[in-house]
Amino acid sequence: MITEWLGRIGNFSLTLLIVTAYGLLMGAIIDRTIAKVQGRIGIPYSQPVINILKNFFKRTAISHGVMFYLGPVFRIAGGIGTLAFIPVLYGSETFANFSMAGDLFLVIYFMFFGQLGMALGAGESGHPYSAIGIARGLSQMTAYEVPFALAVISIVIQYDTLSITQIVAAQQGGWQNWTVVTNWVATLAAMLAFLGMAGYSPFDVYLAPQEIPIGPPTEFHSAYLGLMQLNRALFGATKLVLFMNLFFGGATGLLELMIKTWAIYMVAIVIGVAFPRFRVDQGIRFFFKIPTLIGIMSIIYVQMVLTS
Amino acid sequence: MIKSLNTEDTLENAGLTEEEQKLFSNARPQAYEPYPIKAVEDFANWARANSLWILAFGTGCGAIELRPLMTARFDASRYGVSGRPTPRQSSVFVIGGYASVKTLKRIVRSYEQMQGPKFVICLGICPVNGGMYFDSYNTVNLFDQYLPVDLYITGCMPRPEVLVAGIMELQTMIKAGKCNGANRYVENFDWYKANQKKVIKNWDMPDYNW
Repeated sequence: MITEWLGRIGNFSLTLLIVTAYGLLMGAIIDRTIAKVQGRIGIPYSQPVINILKNFFKRTAISHGVMFYLGPVFRIAGGIGTLAFIPVLYGSETFANFSMAGDLFLVIYFMFFGQLGMALGAGESGHPYSAIGIARGLSQMTAYEVPFALAVISIVIQYDTLSITQIVAAQQGGWQNWTVVTNWVATLAAMLAFLGMAGYSPFDVYLAPQEIPIGPPTEFHSAYLGLMQLNRALFGATKLVLFMNLFFGGATGLLELMIKTWAIYMVAIVIGVAFPRFRVDQGIRFFFKIPTLIGIMSIIYVQMVLTS
Repeated sequence: MIKSLNTEDTLENAGLTEEEQKLFSNARPQAYEPYPIKAVEDFANWARANSLWILAFGTGCGAIELRPLMTARFDASRYGVSGRPTPRQSSVFVIGGYASVKTLKRIVRSYEQMQGPKFVICLGICPVNGGMYFDSYNTVNLFDQYLPVDLYITGCMPRPEVLVAGIMELQTMIKAGKCNGANRYVENFDWYKANQKKVIKNWDMPDYNW
């Protein structure tokens, strides 16, 4: 029993390492892709790692209180927790993680846990721009959560299970079995929600990467920021793995995983470099209109077409 | 690791009212020694040199030369340079040209909020000797009397190419472990503070902006 659990924890640590490294690499690949669109060369592939190292090697750090310390810790706990219950590769014992019956609910809970912890931490920094960023980020999160939850409900009805492993198993045997083909309505709603989740244009105003208020992390620096950047890579890759598992048939090998997650991310990037930015209220109105409607339609579609 | 030079005495914060004094820290900044193992310090310096985040604070006319750095023509992100809107996260402060007394107050505030190790680049001739504003009533002439400067790029105005060359020179200096401006500032804190207070008349902020 104990050796089995130790083995699983060891396997999970390996998965964590690989997914984080992949997330960091993909961050650089995406940055270079955007740079190519803008006619630049872009950052070196190692830049995200160097940035994190630099932040951990800072000599000073200022604290604003206990929650300020805990904010980045909650954030990375949310990231690790999300990954812990997602099977990364289908049919692989090493990459199955702690997947179990009903893990889909747990994953969706963990996805938002980190953001709420971060909100408390950034709130304690006392910076007005942090508060504005938090208000914007949480309202946008509330908005894109609706179509995403509706899409998840739809595929849960379709496959009649709450286990991610079983959802992936049901999609095996060729691309015609993937959710994107069998339940394209739910996939459409979820991919629209993904645009909000990825934090690129047109839904990047809460991060405001170019303006004076840099969003929630305004006051975070040194190791706090390093931890948050580490989580950004890990959580970004984890979300992609989840989307790949739910809608694009999962992966049986690391190469397949890399190609599929990269392709999913490119959806957000292509839309991000092509479209200007929504204001927060416009973004929220957008999510509550078309994607929510598509999400409701996906449930009706499942009930009327697939399960009847 | 932490070498505190002055642990007992605290700052006066005389510029603040009694009400405000309770809200601000009166601790003195500390100097930090490098890591005892040389290989670790060299590695840290390598990381610091290859990830320079410039504070997006245009302090003078030279700030216009900072903008093209990120564009397709110069693309400074190749060298790990990127802009940061908040002083907490940035490590390089580019003084873009003349520093008027009014701006100097904000420069000091921003510089002290940056986390060490932090580097200052002076762009243009004005921070060196005043340049064409040498006899102006509201411009400081010798900038290194107010903040420790690591690198000067002279000219009026230096082109972005020169700025890129200066950044690469700064990287070489950081890798060699020569950029310890934050420690110099702390070690000569009283001298710097006296100089700053000589020109900034309406000193209504704490003596060190934590």
